[in-house]
Formats: sequence, C-alpha cells, structure tokens
Amino acid sequence: MPGKLKVKIVAGRHLPVMDRASDLTDAFVEVKFGNTTFKTDVYLKSLNPQWNSEWFKFEVDDEDLQDEPLQITVLDHDTYSANDAIGKVYIDIDPLLYSEAATVISGWFPIYDTIHGIRGEINVVVKVDLFNDLNRFRQSSCGVKFFCTTSIPKCYRAVVIHGFVEELVVNEDPEYQWIDRIRTPRASNEARQRLISLMSGELQRKIGLKVLEMRGNAVVGYLQCFDLEGESGLVVRAIGTACTLDKLSSPATFLPACNSPSKEMKESPFNEDPNPNPHSSGPSTPLKNQTYSFSPSKSYSRQSSSSDTDLSLTPKTGMGSGSAGKEGGPFKALLRQQTQSALEQREFPFLTLTAFPPGLLVHVGGVVSARSVKLLDRIHNPAFVGIMGNTRSYKLLDWNSFNSDEPETRDAWWAEIRQEIKSHAKALGCHAVVGYSESTSICEEVCILSASGTAAVLSPRFLQEGTVDGSLEQRVEENLPVGCGFCHIPYDELNMPFPAHLTHCYNCRKQKVPDVLFTTIDLPTDAVVIGKGCLIQARLCRLKKKAQAEANATAISNLLPFMEYEVHTQLMNKLKLKGMNALFGLRIQITVGENMLMGLASATGVYLAALPMPGGIQIAGKTPSDGSYEQHISHMQKKINDTIAKNKELYEINPPEVSEEIIGSPIPEPRQRSRLLRSQSESSDEVTELDLSHGKKDAFVLEIDDTDAMEDVHSLLTDVPPPSGFYSCNTEIMPGINNWTSEIQMFTSVRVVRLSSLNLTNQALNKNFNGLCENLLKSLYFKLRSMTPCCLCHVNFTVSLPEDELIQVTVTAVAITFDKNQALQTTKAHAEKSLQRASTDNEELLQFPLELCSDSVPSHAFPAAKEHPESASSNSGTPAAQRATSVDYSSFADRCSSWIELIKLKAQTIRRGSIKTTVTVEKASPMGDGNFRNRSAPPCAGSTVGVVKMTPLSFIPGAKITKYLGIINMFFIRETTSLREEGGVSGFLHTFIAEVFAMVRAHVAALGGNAVVSYIMKQCVFMENPSKNQAQCLINVSGDAVVFVRESDLEVMSTQQPAVNCQPTCTGEVTT
Amino acid sequence: MTSELDIFVGNTTLIDEDVYRLWLDGYSVNDAVALRVRSGILEQTGATAGVLQSDTMDHYRTFHMLERLLHAPPKLLHQLIFQIPPSRQALLIERYYTFDEAFVREVLGKKLSKGTKKDLDDISTKTGITLKSCRRQFDNFKRVFKVVEEMRGSLVDNIQQHFLLSDRLARDYAAIVFFANNRFETGKKKLQYLSFGDFAFCAELMIQNWTLGAVGEAPTDPDSQMDDMDVDLDKEFLQDLKELKVLVADKDLLDLHKSLVCTALRGKLSVFSEMETNFKNLSRGLVNVAAKLTHNKDVRDLFVDLVEKFVEPCRSDHWPLSDVRLFLNQYSVSVHSLDGFRHQTLWDRYMGTLRGCLLRLYHD
Repeated sequence: MPGKLKVKIVAGRHLPVMDRASDLTDAFVEVKFGNTTFKTDVYLKSLNPQWNSEWFKFEVDDEDLQDEPLQITVLDHDTYSANDAIGKVYIDIDPLLYSEAATVISGWFPIYDTIHGIRGEINVVVKVDLFNDLNRFRQSSCGVKFFCTTSIPKCYRAVVIHGFVEELVVNEDPEYQWIDRIRTPRASNEARQRLISLMSGELQRKIGLKVLEMRGNAVVGYLQCFDLEGESGLVVRAIGTACTLDKLSSPATFLPACNSPSKEMKESPFNEDPNPNPHSSGPSTPLKNQTYSFSPSKSYSRQSSSSDTDLSLTPKTGMGSGSAGKEGGPFKALLRQQTQSALEQREFPFLTLTAFPPGLLVHVGGVVSARSVKLLDRIHNPAFVGIMGNTRSYKLLDWNSFNSDEPETRDAWWAEIRQEIKSHAKALGCHAVVGYSESTSICEEVCILSASGTAAVLSPRFLQEGTVDGSLEQRVEENLPVGCGFCHIPYDELNMPFPAHLTHCYNCRKQKVPDVLFTTIDLPTDAVVIGKGCLIQARLCRLKKKAQAEANATAISNLLPFMEYEVHTQLMNKLKLKGMNALFGLRIQITVGENMLMGLASATGVYLAALPMPGGIQIAGKTPSDGSYEQHISHMQKKINDTIAKNKELYEINPPEVSEEIIGSPIPEPRQRSRLLRSQSESSDEVTELDLSHGKKDAFVLEIDDTDAMEDVHSLLTDVPPPSGFYSCNTEIMPGINNWTSEIQMFTSVRVVRLSSLNLTNQALNKNFNGLCENLLKSLYFKLRSMTPCCLCHVNFTVSLPEDELIQVTVTAVAITFDKNQALQTTKAHAEKSLQRASTDNEELLQFPLELCSDSVPSHAFPAAKEHPESASSNSGTPAAQRATSVDYSSFADRCSSWIELIKLKAQTIRRGSIKTTVTVEKASPMGDGNFRNRSAPPCAGSTVGVVKMTPLSFIPGAKITKYLGIINMFFIRETTSLREEGGVSGFLHTFIAEVFAMVRAHVAALGGNAVVSYIMKQCVFMENPSKNQAQCLINVSGDAVVFVRESDLEVMSTQQPAVNCQPTCTGEVTT
Repeated sequence: MTSELDIFVGNTTLIDEDVYRLWLDGYSVNDAVALRVRSGILEQTGATAGVLQSDTMDHYRTFHMLERLLHAPPKLLHQLIFQIPPSRQALLIERYYTFDEAFVREVLGKKLSKGTKKDLDDISTKTGITLKSCRRQFDNFKRVFKVVEEMRGSLVDNIQQHFLLSDRLARDYAAIVFFANNRFETGKKKLQYLSFGDFAFCAELMIQNWTLGAVGEAPTDPDSQMDDMDVDLDKEFLQDLKELKVLVADKDLLDLHKSLVCTALRGKLSVFSEMETNFKNLSRGLVNVAAKLTHNKDVRDLFVDLVEKFVEPCRSDHWPLSDVRLFLNQYSVSVHSLDGFRHQTLWDRYMGTLRGCLLRLYHD
C-alpha cells in the first residue's frame, strides 16, 4: 500500500442557483478516486456553502496515483428527484508524487460543467503520503519529473541526457459522434474527459518507467498529443527526452522541505538510486524491441513519396556512418565514434530539446523530416471494452500477450517514420536528431503522420554516465569556435548529400559552412547574429478531389512532395527577401481536409554572421519577346530589390564587408552589390531535379531562387512587415533584443473563415489563406499596440480544416515588452553572452549563477542575482568601450577579442558581486520591500485572486524561476445546445478559452505557483452545427507550473538580508 | 471568404478604454467602428477597417461577458475567469456605474419601477443618450437601490461595500437612492435649473440630519424596526416639525423674530428693504414647508415648495447670494433669542439642513 491520498473539501462560492423557488442551492460534494467515493454533508440553502469536511482518505497504489485523477463532483441535493450535478473538478495529483515539487494542493478551483462552463468555485485541500515502495516489480514510476520545457529547466543541471522516450496508448473513443447520440451530452463529454485524463496518466507513468529503465530521473521536452481518430478510436501518444537532472540548490532550500513527516517519506524513494528496478537489465530492453517489430503488410498504409524509404537502405546510410573516418580529420572521427557509441545503444538518437546545455551541440546538419499517409481502421481492442475499470488491464509486460495488433500498428507507423528520420540524419553525416517533434493530421479515415527535427552532431559530454574522457571533452571545448561551431557542416565536403554552396565560415574562417541553414531548434545562445530576426511563414493550399479510402490516400501522397517543395521554395524566397540566411524553429504543418491540403511553415529568420550573405532574387520572364511584359518584369524586379534593401534596414542587417582573400573561399564570390541581383536559377533547377529523382528533399538545405509564377512574386510582396515597435518570432528569444521588461501578455486567437465555393482554385485559395494569416497578424499587432515596443515571441500557428469550406487558424503567442534603450540592450546582450561563456569556461563560476536561479528561498541571501547585468553596465570604463564595439564592430576579429575581454570582466564581476552588497543597497527602497511582502503572500490566501502568468516560453523575463511544481496537462470539452444565446460561435469559444485559462491558472495557484511556462495549446478542435444551434470544442493544454521571484525582489532580499540578518543561510522557507 | 469566428483571448484580459466608453454609451458595433474610424485611429496605427471591426467586436464580446460580473462588483474581484489587474477592475466598475447628468436629472426622485423603465424611450429621445445606455444607467440605479434599500448602517458605506465605487460616486448613488425612496419631485419646470449636484448636495445634508441614522439611535437599539435608517426620513422628526408652526402662527413671535433679524441685519444687506417687506412671507413659507412634511405628498414636493416659497421671491428681488446667506444665518440664529419658543433643537435640526439646501439651490 504505497500511498495515502487525503482530501478535504473546505467551501464553495458563487454557486449557481439550482432551486428556482428559493433562489438557492443545497450543495454537497462527491469525492472520487479510483472506485472509492466519499460524500460531504449537504449544506442547505446557500450559494456559498461551508462544508469544512473531514479528511477523506484513499489508500491506493502509487500506480493508481499516477494514472487516476481525483474527481470532485459538486451536486445539488434534491429530496424527490435525482440530484443535479453542478459541475466537476479534476485534479491531477501527479505533482504531489515527486519531491521538490508541490507538497500540497490547496485553493479555489473553478467548478466546470461541460454544458454550462464554469459554475462557481470550490476550495479543496489535497495531500499525499507516499510510502517507500518495496515492490521491485512495480509498475509505477513515481518520482520521475516531467517538464514540457524543451530545454534543461532553469535551476536544474543535466548530468546525463539519456535520449528519446516514447509511448502510446489507444482506446475506443467513448463518444466521437457528438451531434447525434444516445447518451446525454454531459455524460458522454465527461466520459471522454475522464478517459483522456486516465490515458494520459497511464501514458505518463509508462514513459516514466522507460526513463527509470534508462537510469534517468526526468523527462524534458515532454510532448503529449491526442489523435481523435473518430471511428477507429483515440490515441494518446507522447515523446520526450529522458535525462538525469540535478537540482542546483543550496542546503538551505532543501532542509525545510523535510519539515513534514509525509514529505520525508516521499523523498526517500527519490533520493536513492534513481533506478531501483532490477527488471531493466540493460539500456535496451527486450520490450522495446518487441514494440518495434512491425509488419508493414498489416497496415493499409501508403508510404508518402516525400520520404523515400529506399533511401535509408541504400548507400546513403552507409555514407553517414562509413564516412566518419574521412570527415574532418582524426579528431572529428574520435569525437564521432565516441558519441556514436553513446547514441547507437539507443534505437532512436533523438532529442526533443530545442535548446541545449553549453557544449552539447557541436554541428547542425539541417532539417530532416518524414511524412507518411496512413489509412485508419478500427482499433480492435477487447481489453478496452470496459473502459473505465480496466484501463490497466494490459501492463507494460503484456505487450506480447496482448490480443490486438492495433496499438502495435500505431507504434509501427511511428517506428517507421522515426527510422526514416534517423536515416536522413545519417545521410547528413549526423548521428543525432535534435528539436524533434511529431504530429498528425486526420481527416475522416486518412491520417498524415509527420515527424521532423534537426540533424546534428552532439558532443558525448552529456550522453554517457561518467564515462567521458576528460581530455576529449577538453578538446571539444577547445575546438569549438565561439558562436559559429554549430554552423559548420557535419557531412563530408567531397561527398555531399545534396548540392550546396559551401564557403569558409565567415566567423572563424577555418571550417566550411553552407550558404543557408534551416533548423527546428532555438537559436543557440552563443550564436553570432547580425541584426534582428523575424517571423517567416510559408503558406500554401492545394485542392484535392474528394475521394474515399485508398484512392484518397494515394491522392494525398501524390500531392505531398509538391507541397513540401513549394513550401520550401516560399521559405527560401522569403528568407532571401528579408536578407537573411538561416531559419530557426522551423515547423511545417501539413493539414488534410476533405477537398484540400494546407501547408503552413513558420520559422524565425536570422542573419548568422558565420554564413555568407544571401543572394538576391531574380525574376526571369518566360516569354522575353513582349516588351511590356519585360517592363513589367523589370518593375517587379525593382520592387523586390527595394524590399530586400528595406528589410535589411528594418532588421538592422549590416554585415561587415569581408574581403575575399581573408575568407579564402574556393568558390569565387562576386562582390556584395552584384550578389544581390545574382540569379541562381540554374542551381535551383539542379535542386529540383535532384529533389524529384532522389526524393532527397527532406534534407533540405536547398537553394531555390526561381519564381516562375507572377502570383508567387505578388504573394511574396504582400507580406507586410509588422508596424514599427513590433517584432515577431516563433523561437524562445528574439535575436538582437535582450532587454526585456517584465510585462508579458500571452494570448490565443482563433479565426475560422468560410470559403465561398465559387472561387475554389488553387490560386484563390492561396490568396485567401495568405490574407487570413496576414490579417490575423495585423489584428494582433493592433490589439497589442499599447505594449509597444514589444516582441511577439513563440508565435505558434495551427491550421485545421474542420469542414469542407472552413479554415481554422489558431495562434498562441506571448507579447513581451522591451526597453527601447538600444545601448543598454547591446551591452546587456553582451553581458549575458559573456556570462554564458564565462560559466562554461570556469567550473567554479558555473556554480554561481545557477545556484542563484535555483534559489527557491525568497529570503535567502544572494547578492549577485540581479547584479551582474547591472554592474556590468554600470562598471565605468570598460562597458563604454564595449558599447562602442558592439554598435559598429568593424571586423569579427575585433569582436571576438572584445568577447574574451568581456569574459574576463564578467568573471570579475561575478566574484565581486558575491561580496559587494553595498552597490544595490540604495536600490532597496522600502517600497520594493513592501512589494515583495505582498508578492510572497500565498496566492490563494485572502480574498483577492493571485495573478498567474502564462507564457509559451521557458522563462519569465525579469524573474527567476525558483521551483518547478509539476506538469499541467489538461483536457476539456465544452458543448452547447444554445449557441445563439451564448453569443454565437465566437461568444462560445471566447468564453471557453477564457475558462480554460482560468482553470489552468487555478490549478497552478493551488499548487502554490504563480506562473505556467512552456505553455502550449496542443489541440483546439472546434465543431459547430448552427442549424441545430449546437457547437462543441475540445481543448488540450499543457505547461510547467512554476514559482518565480522577480529579480527586483531578489535584489531587495539579497541586499537586505545580509544587512539585517546575520545568518542568511538559515532563513530558508519553502514557498508552498 | 467570410469570417465565421474571430476571437482573441489574453491571459490578462485586454481592456480598451475608448471602446469601453463606446460600449457604455450604447453604440452598436458598427457605430462604434465608425466613431473609431473618425477618431483617426486607422491613420495612427495603419490598421484596416476590417481589423478595427474585429477588434471592436472582440472588446464588445468581452464587455458583454464582464457585464454579468459588473452587476455585482465583488464578484468581479473574486472571479477566476478574467485575469484583470486591480486598477483595471476599479476602472471597469467605476465607469460602468458612472451615469450621465442629463439622464439622472430625468429619473431622479422617480420610482425605479417598470413604469419608469417604459419611459426610457422618451428620455432617450429627449436627452440624446442611446436607449441602451439609458437602460444600463436605470438598471444600475435600480440594482443599487434594491441592494441597499433594506440595509442597516450608513448608506454611502453600504453602497461602497457592495459596489466598490469610489467615494464620490457612492455619494451620488446615495443621493439617487435617497431621492428614489422619498420620491422627491425634481422634474417640474421650475426645478429644471437645478443640477444633479444641487440635489445630491441636499440629499447628503438630509441624510446626515433628517434620517434615523442621523440621530444615531440604531446601535443602541438593534432590534427595532429601523432597518433602513439612512434611506427614510425620521418620521418622528417630521411629526415634531409641526411644532414650529408657532413661529408664524403666533403673531407676537413672528414680529419679534422679524425685528430681531432686521435689527441685526440693518445696513448689512443690499436688499434690506425687500427683506423687511418680505420677511413674513418668507418665514411663513419656510415654516409651513416644515409643518407640511408629515404628509408624504408634501415631502415629495419639498423642493418645489422651497423654490416657490423662498428661492423665487428672493430671486425676483435680485438678492445676491451673500445676502441670502446672511439672512438665513440671522434668521436661524435669531430664533434662539425668542423666549417663548421651546423647540430650539428641533429648529436647529430643521433649519441647519434647510439653510444649506437653500444656499445651494439659490442660483440661476
């Protein structure tokens, strides 16, 4: 009996009136966990009942604790008829299962009903006493931490990055046909919510087990998705990166955590060897192999031609691994071998991370992606007939005996795709894939599975446990040129996987670099970027005949390669139009509908200093005979050239002139001016040819500059830059802006447009789609105009085709204001970068900043926290010089040397900062102190509602994350049968999304947190039936609940504590 | 390509003050868009009309959703659905409960009933305030009235506590509730020159001095029936006012009073002779007003009577305000020297308030 769950129902407020006669409600609460139910007394005639119940105790397996949500149902007591449900609260108690996270869940939760939405709130307290698990054959994985964040969470240190973990669970969908059904809408919605909650709990537990097998203790970059396959069922799948993380904390933060006896017990299973499970005999379990033994004959799948399977078996594969010896000298080979051996133990050397600990990412090859079109059929699953009671009837070990091939089919599908990705990466001379993600698009019985990532070469440093050769590591460090290493090609120059223009790196001039670089990862923090970045989108529609089953799948498969090709052409053209040479955070989404396919690619364009300057775009007319046509062409050409020039100015792209001799490029490069106009159509032709014949497009370091249709050119030029004061990107950070202020606004915007069936041509569609996206962006800029200057970060577009002529675009992003002061910005940027450098260079220094950010003790004394950026810029003398160099660096050599200076300076600053507290004392005004006191009050205490910030980013500007409280993963269904009365579709969805935000915030606040980072709305499926006055929506969101402390507060504390209090280490207090 | 659905939801609810004002003023989305276009916002921001339309719709939807909460402002503070910074919450509430001078003058003192609500159409045409806005304002009055009507304690405090209004606005609402409860006539033609502020000022004085709460009896006797202490006039006090009649009924007393006032003011008033001739009329008027207050009907006509019996005679003789003040002061004080008069405290309670009111009411 490994756990005791305790629940107390305190009170309710703002309950709806359930008894029309008295205008009051006789409310009571049912508390259910697993098969056990408790009830509170009925609190008569009140809309604000005070139950103050006893502690309801559930004695349960930790396995159940992981899988099951706590269900709280509020009902209205009725003597004569059945009790009416007011609403429910589902509480995921997972955050209570590992140490360091929350110790108690306590607060006001919105009472949610799938028909009426939020109906009042209920105050609940939940605790868990976890006992030491003696069962060696356990199925639970309590203690494994999950993070949605796709980088090593702040306040943790990666000891080992074990690699890819994945799992999927399938089930019957209890109610997929929502419009006409037998059960009441409420019953079916709730059945569905409950099921998905259970399935995701189970999935998480299984992933956790895999992590334990790999000897890890955490999953980073955890991405869980639902495939609503309709008739064929429901698939919940997840991927992530298994890691062993170390909490960076001073003892002061840890001691108080043991205050309660329950806490102590909870910690013990975690503090021991992270893998007490003797069952995992090796890193690769037989189980895993089992999972991937798929039989292709079984599935009615059609392999998309976008990724040719042959490829992975042909010499290309051999090239990737075999060419290791001849690539880049003996050192490279050694490095490669070592890393390879580390990675080859793993079936899929994938990381879902998009940002990496310093030194991990060595080279980036380019984007690899694979798609496949599959036909769905019913998931026969006898074990799942009894949905609720029996979900765990197949355990991890039961895969063999499991009497259904279906989950395996789904698994096999993904295995196939992953295999493909792996071989693509090999072809690029890379042994790993980073920034890896998977997605699906389903329409009727056709499903497109997509996977993409960035082929990369990683340093073995984090990949193996303690086996790393120190000297080698040292050499890696030495050999990595500052800020450009990752751009250097990982493949063999003489045996390139695709044609690309290679030049010597413009930064270090030693290694070769490609002319453009596409990646799915975030911009590495040490990358040298010129100017600012911008959001670049490629948008595309293709009509498709309506068809059934296999014919449909064939049609889609045939369209896919053309779509991908065009998307890439657009991306490349737009990138050139912006005068930039690299894309980060690339995400290509292909959506399938009844009669069309939509492609939407988003990425952040930047100008990498290491890469050559991009060529221009030249328009070549097809019929040069006509004079006026010629004129038109030249007019267009001029327009394009003007746009490029304007963009360069807008994004401050002014790379230094580099003389050819210094570069020593083997490829004769024309001078800058002529390069702008240079046509590269020949090369693009080559690419096209190669693309089609070899199907090698996935490794798309392509160079396409031709624009053969006028419409394409027009569409290029219709993209209007954001109004002044606005920047946008889809990555975590915007290159060139670092002086964020603390104001953030996360938002979701949804638009659905109906296409008139008259103008359904490809071109009209494209135009419509383009207009839709552009208008949406314009609306966002307008709405957020009061925040300028600001940057829209992590702009995430999702397209779906809910019906024949409907296009739905959902955008989630965060607007962050920044300081206009440019001088401050550049110095600060430098300071931050150099800080990074400094911390990698010097181990003892490393401890400093990291300890600070792990510091969950508000009153804990640490003066250096905020000080370094400040003191760096306020340090007289040197910073002024820096400012000068940073504003106009005349050459890279200068810049590098100034960096080294900065590193030295930085190191000093940090040391000084830890001793010198007087600098900031004067800043600690009494008002700041007051602010802090307010803030440190528990968010749910008192009457006012505490502010919970939400952001898709992994950080909060101007604040330090001091504690991760656990993953938030919530699924909601909302339905209405009175659509008009609720303000139509817009009113309905607006309310629902606001409610979802509210419920996320409430859960975070109840965990003791004040923010959600890495927030993502993974699904927003909206269906309407206006003729019946009905609509339904499903939303799935996730993120990491955290506690953050404002840097200004930290400063106050750090300066005050030493002065007032002489024993700063003992004042630790865990904020709960 | 038509937009079926178009929404924007921020983690922090975006409030555009300008759009909020347009919404409060009862403009339709299209009118609001047109007004915004006219304000030149398109030129300033480079936005298109479509963007503006979508933005306005979105704000209107948000306000519509917030309206339910604004009906009970403490709910707005405790609700979880909209994350709104406290300063913004205060702004939302304050603006929502703010009313138009023109509108309040129309309904001040009227019964806040369905009947009055039906007249809103006319009020809307008359004042040029949209019907929607009229409805909101009327419903606000009614809502506040209903909540505090039966409540013990200070009217202003009650309003502030239940509607979280600023002090200024809470006082205004107290006046509105007080007027509605006592049904003071304010709509007569001869009262048109008076502003809401004039009435509110009088209401405050009356609440302070003429209600049960003013006497401070309630705390000592919580079980009594004096529930709405601040809303109802002190019946006993009104009954007692009859006693003042002796001041005009007893000819000697009246003459003595007159001579006392005249002696004191001789040479100090620019309108002394007019005062002297009019003294008995004015005094009779003021005392009769007091004596009549036992009847509800006459209570309602209080302001009409005050204007007819005092303000208008003085105004027709062109009394300057300073003279009115001097006269009223002396008129009140002199009573203390009337040996035969026993109701000094009653007189002070009556005249103290009335003097304040009259001075406020005395303007063009």
